[in-house]
Amino acid sequence: MYRFNYHKPDDMDAAQQMMADAEDGVYLSGGMTLIPTLKARLASPTDVIDLSGLALSGIELADDSLTIGALTLHSEVAAGNEISSLSNLALAIGDAQVRNRGTIGGSIANSDPGADYPAAVVALGATINTTAGAIDADDFFQGLFETALKPGAIVTSVTFPLPVRAAYEKFPNPASRYAVVGVMVAETNGGVRVGVTGAGPCAYRQRNFEQALADNFSVAALDGLEVDYAEFNSDIHASAEYRGHLVGVMARRAVAQIT
Amino acid sequence: MEISLTVNGTEHTTDVPDNSLLVEIIRERLNLTGTHVGCDTSQCGACTIHMDGRSVKSCTVLAGQADGADITTIEGIGTVDALHPMQEAFRENHALQCGFCTPGMIMSAIDLVENGKPLDERSVREGLEGNLCRCTGYHNIVKAVLDAQDKM
Amino acid sequence: MTSETGIGAAVKRKEDARFITGAGHYTDDINQPGQLYAVFVRSMYPRAEIRSIDVSSALAMEGVVAAYTGADLAADEIGDLPCGWMVKSKDGSDMIQPPHPPVAVSVVNYVGEPYAMVVAETLQAARDGAEAVTADFNELPVVVDLASAHGADQIHEAAPGNQCYDWELGDREATDAAFASADHVTSLDIVNNRLIPNAMEPRAAVGMYEAATGNYTLYTTSQNPHLERLILAAFVNVAAESKLRVVSPDVGGGFGSKIFVYAEETAVIWAAGKLARAIKWRADRSESFLADAHGRDHLTKAELALKADGTFVGLRVKTVANMGAYLSLFASSVPTYLYGTLLAGQYRTPAIYVEVQSVFTNTAPVDAYRGAGRPEATYVVERLVETAARELGKDPADIRRLNFIQPEDFPYETPVALTYDTGDYDASLKKAIELIGYDGFAERKASSEANGKKRGIGFSCYIEACGLAPSQVALSLGAGVGLFESAEVRVDVTGSVSVMTGCHSHGQGHETTFAQIVSDKLGIPFENVDVVHGDTGRSDYGLGTYGSRSLVVGGSAIVKATDKVIAKSRKIAAHMLESTEENVDFEEGTFSVTDSNQSITFPEVAFSAYVPGNYPLDELEPGLSEKAFYDPENFTYPAGAHICEVEVDPETGKVEIVNFVAVDDFGEIINPMIVAGQVHGGLAQGIGQALLEHAIYDESGQLVTGSYMDYTMPRADDMPNFVVDTTVTPCTHNPLGAKGCGEAGAIGSTAAVMNALTDALGVVDVPMPATPETVWRAMEGE
Repeated sequence: MYRFNYHKPDDMDAAQQMMADAEDGVYLSGGMTLIPTLKARLASPTDVIDLSGLALSGIELADDSLTIGALTLHSEVAAGNEISSLSNLALAIGDAQVRNRGTIGGSIANSDPGADYPAAVVALGATINTTAGAIDADDFFQGLFETALKPGAIVTSVTFPLPVRAAYEKFPNPASRYAVVGVMVAETNGGVRVGVTGAGPCAYRQRNFEQALADNFSVAALDGLEVDYAEFNSDIHASAEYRGHLVGVMARRAVAQIT
Repeated sequence: MEISLTVNGTEHTTDVPDNSLLVEIIRERLNLTGTHVGCDTSQCGACTIHMDGRSVKSCTVLAGQADGADITTIEGIGTVDALHPMQEAFRENHALQCGFCTPGMIMSAIDLVENGKPLDERSVREGLEGNLCRCTGYHNIVKAVLDAQDKM
Repeated sequence: MTSETGIGAAVKRKEDARFITGAGHYTDDINQPGQLYAVFVRSMYPRAEIRSIDVSSALAMEGVVAAYTGADLAADEIGDLPCGWMVKSKDGSDMIQPPHPPVAVSVVNYVGEPYAMVVAETLQAARDGAEAVTADFNELPVVVDLASAHGADQIHEAAPGNQCYDWELGDREATDAAFASADHVTSLDIVNNRLIPNAMEPRAAVGMYEAATGNYTLYTTSQNPHLERLILAAFVNVAAESKLRVVSPDVGGGFGSKIFVYAEETAVIWAAGKLARAIKWRADRSESFLADAHGRDHLTKAELALKADGTFVGLRVKTVANMGAYLSLFASSVPTYLYGTLLAGQYRTPAIYVEVQSVFTNTAPVDAYRGAGRPEATYVVERLVETAARELGKDPADIRRLNFIQPEDFPYETPVALTYDTGDYDASLKKAIELIGYDGFAERKASSEANGKKRGIGFSCYIEACGLAPSQVALSLGAGVGLFESAEVRVDVTGSVSVMTGCHSHGQGHETTFAQIVSDKLGIPFENVDVVHGDTGRSDYGLGTYGSRSLVVGGSAIVKATDKVIAKSRKIAAHMLESTEENVDFEEGTFSVTDSNQSITFPEVAFSAYVPGNYPLDELEPGLSEKAFYDPENFTYPAGAHICEVEVDPETGKVEIVNFVAVDDFGEIINPMIVAGQVHGGLAQGIGQALLEHAIYDESGQLVTGSYMDYTMPRADDMPNFVVDTTVTPCTHNPLGAKGCGEAGAIGSTAAVMNALTDALGVVDVPMPATPETVWRAMEGE
């Protein structure tokens, strides 16, 4: 690691002020991505601002939604809550030790193409609450490691509307265990939504699947549907074409779970 | 910066560079060399310790993040004369060969048994996803964890 | 008394107490007062001329003590890293051994090759300093693709066509004649995928120098500290052998990759002398990926000629083997004497001819990795045999039985230079078939199909040549050192025993197994025997641990030394009992006079040896400590049958191993618990090669699989529950009757998995590793 100044503010204003004051600051949540990046000297921030002192942890149930604090650990979400598909998704993240440190806010703010949570954010039509206002799921993920999060802003929580039914299926990268493809299929009060992670530069909605399932919520409804994989990721573990194929397989398996 | 942490029941206050890792404090400041470093990408799990009762990879925790934490390392769970049931099970089932992954594997396995659901062969295998072993093919490790579960 | 801890008992390991409590001492756990830290500056280019290197900025940084380049080592006449095995080409010419300076001087030839070293007061300062080293490179054309390396741009001035050697073994004419008369020929193009050994402990070194005495001490992660010392002294010129102590403390796995003498420990011990300060280096895992010797990496065209009834009449194999950029210590021997000689397998194939062309590429050096040549040979033979059975409509077990060398055929001389001493191949196959329930396979397959899965079964009947090696044979074939082993059995005054061996233990459990042998033979408690290994300052000599040699060669040396101790003890006992040696019996730790009730125990004899009150000194020397060197007469030939069943998810291509049975004949077994553990680990590595692991360089020569994010290591949930068992035909030529067990799992399993997978898919071949996408494409007919 390069040298940096470490800060651990205990309130939100202090955190944002530290960021504003830093020459090249970065927020640290669980650190599951940031710390390996620092260790590899792939990033050289002047200041690392640890958010763990902020009171942003916990799961709160409202009438029709679940709000999860940004610092809530994957293991805490995996332990069970009103959205079982979200618990199952959290249990599929990384490994036990990663789930004991990694946070939902960190995962979402990072927008790693292989992260699991973004599929749920997109499929469940979540709202990302930040210090600079709320952002709709459809607007949040903008590209490879790119989000609509404003510079210096902090994700405070994520609000997931309770779905009628939802399921997540993941095909993990055999080496890293990130998602090669992860698909969450959800029937929400706003209609059927299909969130895909791993396949493209960032999480997105598979609209043709959504339309087909809206008409007929069944595995068969997805038969023969095309997945445009032209812009998909391609690496030694999975070509874009194979990822395209897996989007269909994972979606069918997710639908099968809940029909 | 100065940090305080409790390691294996003893409180330590130490002045460390801001960019120190928890594993560096454990190994180099406290000379607890049972916690090993086997990779740079937070994959191998050789550095697994317990932080406030849960298994974490100490190579992926900054010193500042561990300020105030209660840490347990392999040296803190049992002694040669009074082994932890998991240590005992590893020996009884020949669940180690070169021994390098063993401390991290044992720390993960203890968390898995203590904080999870009852385990069967499949769930032990899935639960140890974060720890690499190159010697045993995992066969006897799985046996050992199931054996220890009955004794913990 | 020794039944619970003697030969054949599943004794719990002595080593474990320290490892399970975190009290092991690995090289990185060792710190010296005032120690410095070394960081290597590594090439980002796969091939480039070094025009200049500037270390001045590094030297100006706070905490940096020194910065060295290859020229600094050369100025001190530090020699090249040698290859210890001379292989000759078909035309009788010597192999090409290009210069291999520990730290690059004028050219770099693979990504990760070190060209400078920075030494600093802290690791942070050393890393910062290493980043500040600048160099001017002139990039050169890169040779990466193995198939086209011969004839591509020439990497080394000394190696036209990038060829290291073009070697052959066997009778070409007889083999061609066999093919001409055959009823059927089965052909396969086989790729043996490149692997990275990945012992969990990264390589490390701590070098020390004492100016007042001129003594060097090197702690390092070596499988063979004596060989390391020999090479650093005799070839690299670091110091005289007597002035250099090499210690391998606890070592976290090796699998071959820690046999070799590498750049890093060489530069560290040299620099410790320059600076007269202790220096520590530990590889980051990313450095291990780049700069540990890799394994396998063959391209092969293989053909098996058969009669219509399935009898093998000839085998023809042509292989291109990748050496990487330089010849590592034993690289040349792996695709020749450890590969070509094994192509007879378990079969009476009368005519075999093999050609191996080894070539240089701009990739990390390739050398022995668990099994070393023998997994590649087994893969060729067993994929061919299974494919031939399918082509001829024969049962894969039946075609093997038809061609097995039979028990009455031993000793059996193969057409490829080996003489197998003993074996019963059908016994292992029969047991494996029973254990897997071969009769029930059709039913299981139907059940898998009902669940939407494809199921297949595959066999692999392997043989290996272990116990490296008879020195006479090895030296005549080009080895640079003898391959015997030494032992010392030192009896203390109180009757406890220290056993010094040259075979280092880095997971194999020597401290337990060797203690079982000695306590059993001397009739003393297991707890009273301590095994000392891994320190040139404490044991005489040794060639180390590899090639499943520790028990069969090192253990035999221990038996020989123990027998000498018993002989000497008998002499002492005879003196004490006022009898003659001929009339003194020794059983279970007690010497007794034949046909009398007079007896004396081993500890009493030991005490007497060191308190020799009334010894006839011209006949009886005081003391009780004996040394022995054991040189084997022949290799040993462990063999066995592995059967694998897989299920394939036809939608994703994901392969799951649902049954795996390994039945091995390791000869006599000292500790069955340890033996089973060795098999489990080997199986995981062999299965890893088949389904998961692959070292990939891209076209530009960059290593794509440079971390655990991309190199797929087998994890617990990738592995099945193994069923392992043994059969026994004792080795005929060593005192233990043992054959060795360290590599079998990795040798036999890979072909079994791929035979099962190709059976499930109904295809001739699937390239390894059979990743989900690869399998999916195979199902799509691509």
